[in-house]
Amino acid sequence: MSSESIAEYEVAYAKPKAFYERYERKEELQHATHYCPGCGHGTVHKMLARAIDDLGIKDRTILVGPVGCSVFTYYYFDVGNVQAAHGRASAVATAMKRSHPGSVVVSYQGDGDLSAIGSAEILHAANRGENITVIFVNNAVYSMTGGQAAPTTLIGQKTTTTPDGRNPLNEGYPLRVSELLATLEAPVYIERVGLGDNKQVAHADRAIRRAMENQVRGLGFSLIEVLSPCPTIWKMKPVDAQRWVREEMEKTFPLGVYRDRTKDATPRPMPKTAPALEALPGILGIDGDEDLAEDAVCATDAAIDLRVRVAGFGGQGVLLLGEVLAEAGLDAGLEVSWLPSYGPEMRSGTSNCHVRLAHEPIDSPLVTAPNVLIAMNEPSLRKFDANVQPGGWVIYNGEEFPPDCARQDVHVLARPFTQIADALGDARAANMVMLGALLEMTPGLPQASIDAALRRLVKNPKWVELDECALTRGRELAREVLQEVLQEV
Amino acid sequence: MNAERQDRGLLRVNEEECKGCGLCVEACPPKAIAMGERMNHYGYRTAMYKGSGCTACGICFLVCPEPGAITVLRTVKRMVAALQTETGVAACASN
Ligand SMILES: Cc1ncc(C[n+]2csc(CCOP(=O)(O)OP(=O)(O)O)c2C)c(N)n1
Ligand code: SF4
Repeated sequence: MSSESIAEYEVAYAKPKAFYERYERKEELQHATHYCPGCGHGTVHKMLARAIDDLGIKDRTILVGPVGCSVFTYYYFDVGNVQAAHGRASAVATAMKRSHPGSVVVSYQGDGDLSAIGSAEILHAANRGENITVIFVNNAVYSMTGGQAAPTTLIGQKTTTTPDGRNPLNEGYPLRVSELLATLEAPVYIERVGLGDNKQVAHADRAIRRAMENQVRGLGFSLIEVLSPCPTIWKMKPVDAQRWVREEMEKTFPLGVYRDRTKDATPRPMPKTAPALEALPGILGIDGDEDLAEDAVCATDAAIDLRVRVAGFGGQGVLLLGEVLAEAGLDAGLEVSWLPSYGPEMRSGTSNCHVRLAHEPIDSPLVTAPNVLIAMNEPSLRKFDANVQPGGWVIYNGEEFPPDCARQDVHVLARPFTQIADALGDARAANMVMLGALLEMTPGLPQASIDAALRRLVKNPKWVELDECALTRGRELAREVLQEVLQEV
Repeated sequence: MNAERQDRGLLRVNEEECKGCGLCVEACPPKAIAMGERMNHYGYRTAMYKGSGCTACGICFLVCPEPGAITVLRTVKRMVAALQTETGVAACASN
């Protein structure tokens, strides 16, 4: 009598489904990654892929890859892939998540990528509490480029740019990203894990899964920093590199949970989905039937070279005046620039803008020597009057032109435009009365273009009507002065 | 009679994918993995299962940086194929 025991097996651990079967990076070597033997990136990739498998989110995962040794994530992960410019992965991930709120977005970044060139992006993504998962692989150097120092390089660590070892007096101290981000209010989960031994590896796997799970539950910003071996640049055998993570890196970068608010966190409301591309012209008020610049044939033969400076107090409609003029020029097929001058002046003080309209391409939007100055009050007049080109016009909002500002070589139209507008129905229409005067003095812009511009920029029909009235009134006032000027000649 | 103790797991190494970093050899708690002597097509000495001792804990799979270089199998059944004796009496399971 004899018996034989035969075992039956099931697969316990195998290549995750989130990886492609083969990697079409090159003609050859499609069966293996490009990573060096013992590289931590490979191990982290596997953990991420396992999490994607386990959570069943392969079809809605978007992986944003970095610049660095892990630049090729898109060859390995069978998910939606984007590869961001150096350091920008968390900003790109923000956009991905906001425009595809139902997706699960991972920003995968190295320490050079995230903590050097991308330090601003990660800081603000974390501070906004973006509902993304950041996998931050810290191997204490720029590996892809051959081992330059990173912000995370340890004190005393030799790199190609710190050949005598990092000296804090010269290169500063290792940047502790997890600790830094944990000072922010918004992040939900931040943990530093390591790949230094079995226990650490098993724990890192769980942490990455949690960071993914948080996002699936909509809880907010999670970041896992992984202390990760780079045997090649560290010039160590893989096993020694693993030990170095445990025995050296950990001293500077203690492992642990730096933030965990997953228990108290409530799912964040989904951001509104971005509008469809086709809807944008409508939202911007530039839809279809209004023919814009692209096929604009110049509607005027008159020689136009307007260099206008409009100045006044905030709230007087200085910027709108300039905008209507520029928009009308655009409508007429002219070259146009409109440069608002913001700055501290926005807060109760003078505000001004530069407008240029010409047939020839415009070299600079700055108008330092205007041929028309529209001064909506005295301080603005005093500020810009001296720069008006000889032969140019000054349109001044005031009963009387200040005698000390008078110049022999420029024309002046001084009227109490505010009162005139008030009589028309609203003092705030003074800007349009003044624009009307300008249009009369510098003929050439077709009335149709002016009407179109007004309608595009002023939404309220009551105001369109008032402004049209104001423009007409301005033209009348200008005609009176023009006649005087002609008689003088 | 074959009463050999059945392992809880079994290891498969894809020799083409393994880069011979040795992290699995270091990681395996019962030390059931060794570096082979042979080089693979790409010039790496690859890891190999010693043939017994695997507990299917999976830690070698997790530390391995290559997606599919290691597969860990778990024993689900210890089945005894009874060989019929000439008398037709089935043998009892023994393990
Ligand atoms: C804008 C820009 N600056 C610099 C580089 C060069 N560059 C490529 S990878 C890299 C550093 C990557 O280091 P890290 O993020 O730590 O990734 P690792 O390679 O170590 O995984 C640099 C500086 C670049 N590609 N683009
Ligand atoms: S150089 Fe370092 S980080 Fe880059 S693939 Fe090799 S081991 Fe990995």
